[in-house]
Amino acid sequence: MTDTLTLGNRQFTSRLLTGTGKFASNDLIGPMLAASGSEIITVALRRVDLQAPPRDNILTHIPEHVTLLPNTSGARTAKEAVRIAHIAREAGCGDFIKIEVITDMQYLLPDNHETLKAAETLAKEDFIVLPYVMPDITISRQLYDAGAAAVMPLGSPIGSNRGLEMKSMIQRIIDTSRLPVIVDAGIGRPSQAAEAMEMGADAVLVNTAIATAQDPVQAGKAFSLAVTAGRMAYQAGMAGRSSQARASSPLTGFLQE
Amino acid sequence: MKIKLNGEMLETDALTIHALVTARNQDPATLVVEHNYTLVRQAAWDHTRLQEGDTIELLSFVGGG
Repeated sequence: MTDTLTLGNRQFTSRLLTGTGKFASNDLIGPMLAASGSEIITVALRRVDLQAPPRDNILTHIPEHVTLLPNTSGARTAKEAVRIAHIAREAGCGDFIKIEVITDMQYLLPDNHETLKAAETLAKEDFIVLPYVMPDITISRQLYDAGAAAVMPLGSPIGSNRGLEMKSMIQRIIDTSRLPVIVDAGIGRPSQAAEAMEMGADAVLVNTAIATAQDPVQAGKAFSLAVTAGRMAYQAGMAGRSSQARASSPLTGFLQE
Repeated sequence: MKIKLNGEMLETDALTIHALVTARNQDPATLVVEHNYTLVRQAAWDHTRLQEGDTIELLSFVGGG
């Protein structure tokens, strides 16, 4: 049986979601997607800078088989997030939406209260809602009740590459959530992605660590392998830890008579 | 007439969204246009007339995580 990730009415083989931010050249996005096998990628919506020369269209770098996940970055209220979601869907980006509502500009941590309000509205409008949240069991349950398609707790602050600072809370969400859990933000190394997957996360979203690596294509591949390894380890059911040594070779033998 | 374009009041001779986009040297292929908080598809730019006090947002999809 194929091991698939189900989000809304869609199924995915890859458990690595990627982002389009911070690439030195957008020309690297296509090769990164090919190397990583990622099937979902985030994009953002911004006001055009009328003083700057026109930029290239990020959407032309994303192959058709890859699902667009527009985010609502820049939104500080539920209402603003809903407005961005409407624009993205109207503009032809599909039904997926990553709700990202941030009011804390120092650490860029998400506002769970506004995020939940936006999720309630957008789920009723048949969006496939992926909300980026502070790791919290209560919000996870409330998002399930609101009709979200997943819960996306952060590992550590956006772009910090600090890994799973919120590990214990993420584990509790994994243990209790009825929604798929996608660890988003702060994953800086493949080993940290593998760690999240070993814990039982359903997927991870990695942008900065791939985009700002010296070789983003190779980094995409490395993250993909780590996610697969972590997933396989979780499915295999890893044995527990012990403070005592437990011999893996027989110690009784013939040498001491 | 005066309109609000991307948050700033300005004077324009453009009578339609299409004319405004052209006057501002924007590449239509990259643009998402909101007219008074409603998205206007590209096919409708030519016959969407601007009026005094309209709010226009020229947006585009960019890299983001």
